[in-house]
Amino acid sequence: MLCDRCGENEASVHLTRIINGQKEEIHLCEECARRSSKLNIEDNNLSFQSLLSGILNHNFSNQESSYFTNKNSKELKCPNCGLSYQEFTQGGLFGCQKCFEIFEPKLDELFKRIHGNSRHKGKYPLSFKQLIEVESEINKLKKEMQVAVEKEDFEKAAEIRDKIHAVKDDMEEDKNEK
Amino acid sequence: MKNNLVSDWQIEDGNEKDVILSSRIRLARNLKKYKFPNRSNYEEKKELIASLKRELDFLIDSGFDFYLMSDLSEIEREVLHEEHLISQGHTESSETKALFLNNSKHLSIMVNEEDHLRLQILKAGLEFNDLWQKIDQIDNQLDEKLEYAFSDKWGYLTSCPTNVGAALRASVMCHLPALVLSGRIDNILGAVGKFGLTVRGVAGEGSSSEAELFQISNQITLGFNEKEIIDKLDSVIQQIIAEERKSREYLLRNNYLKLKDNVLRSLGILKYAYQLEEAEALKYLSRIKFGQDANLIEEKLDQDLFSKLLFKIKDAHLKHSFGMKLKQDKINIKRAEIIRNILNEE
Repeated sequence: MLCDRCGENEASVHLTRIINGQKEEIHLCEECARRSSKLNIEDNNLSFQSLLSGILNHNFSNQESSYFTNKNSKELKCPNCGLSYQEFTQGGLFGCQKCFEIFEPKLDELFKRIHGNSRHKGKYPLSFKQLIEVESEINKLKKEMQVAVEKEDFEKAAEIRDKIHAVKDDMEEDKNEK
Repeated sequence: MKNNLVSDWQIEDGNEKDVILSSRIRLARNLKKYKFPNRSNYEEKKELIASLKRELDFLIDSGFDFYLMSDLSEIEREVLHEEHLISQGHTESSETKALFLNNSKHLSIMVNEEDHLRLQILKAGLEFNDLWQKIDQIDNQLDEKLEYAFSDKWGYLTSCPTNVGAALRASVMCHLPALVLSGRIDNILGAVGKFGLTVRGVAGEGSSSEAELFQISNQITLGFNEKEIIDKLDSVIQQIIAEERKSREYLLRNNYLKLKDNVLRSLGILKYAYQLEEAEALKYLSRIKFGQDANLIEEKLDQDLFSKLLFKIKDAHLKHSFGMKLKQDKINIKRAEIIRNILNEE
């Protein structure tokens, strides 16, 4: 196969580009590939930013969410870092943790487009993990208390109730320490 | 810099090193209290750095050095970038960007890159489990001292929506000469995309297609846990390794003489060339690595030649070894000299 660009040398570099679902194959010789490689790298960066911005804007204009009209979501603005939703769709970067709360109604849809998912399944920070463990401990105790009440074993129920309070108090203390 | 900044993790033993040069895992973390680097001003960035230096002093005791990027020379920053220890964006001389770097130079924490913290760990060959264990442990140690930006719905919160969730990017650098030579690379790499992975030619020099080096990494970070992300990447990589080896066998069976000629010519050029550009040197070294892995070279050469030279022959490394004012033609002469010396001493 000869090079698509110079038509003289044997093509040894084969590129496939997919733009808007249109597949394009390019076959280049080493010489032409070297000449175009620098350009390609810059192109790639550009297309990543514009692609992301495209996803964000698409979401923005087409997904008429039940919470917001377009006008309202344009006015969404993070009070902590000052980033507006519109700026976010252009720059493609969040400005702080608070942005996630402020833009919340828009984000599940956005994350689904990017990741195909919108819920975290990975690890938790230690503080969250402890919180979850405490919550599940409390839920367990509550169930035990229910069973005790049904059996009319009120003494035991009161004992479990005190335990629940103790666990909750411990949690509050830990929080205050941090 | 406190120590010699050239690392040697890349020449250590590793699994599947005929195809996989190195593995890397990177985590992005932000702190709840601070604006992300793209929205924070000079003072806020400095404050974050000061507080990290205080809170993370245990890192210094456990073998890390701390640097402000503005404390390092241009060459030192470029060398760190060539060694994959910092990103391109982190090479600017800045008082608001910083780096924790461990002594053996395979573990780095960039401060005020796109996120507050970018932790990354590197190893030669294919090895994700060990890397994950180690970086997970460091992450937990930081977690005890810092309050991470986190949501139970969306996981670790990052500047860029593409990193949200596990905020983990795992990647390998692989050498795929036979898939390139046989023209099968397009199909394979196209298929890789369908598994939520991305492929690109290895950083910066535009020499990827000639050196036949590719970086493959996960794209998706939300909806899967760390182990699932790593296992999926690992299973796809295993298949690419198998395909590359199959293609090598096929090429050797059908084009033995041509390949052997090509490999030995490359060796001849590197043994006698007086000046070499980086891309050209990488291209021939790549051929020689292929020749070594496929037993096409009878001469006794250092089995780890490629890994040993991969960083050493890059521009900033040469400037670092031979003086920072070296002009490009002198760099090319030095590069050829280093390679010549290694090849002719055997």
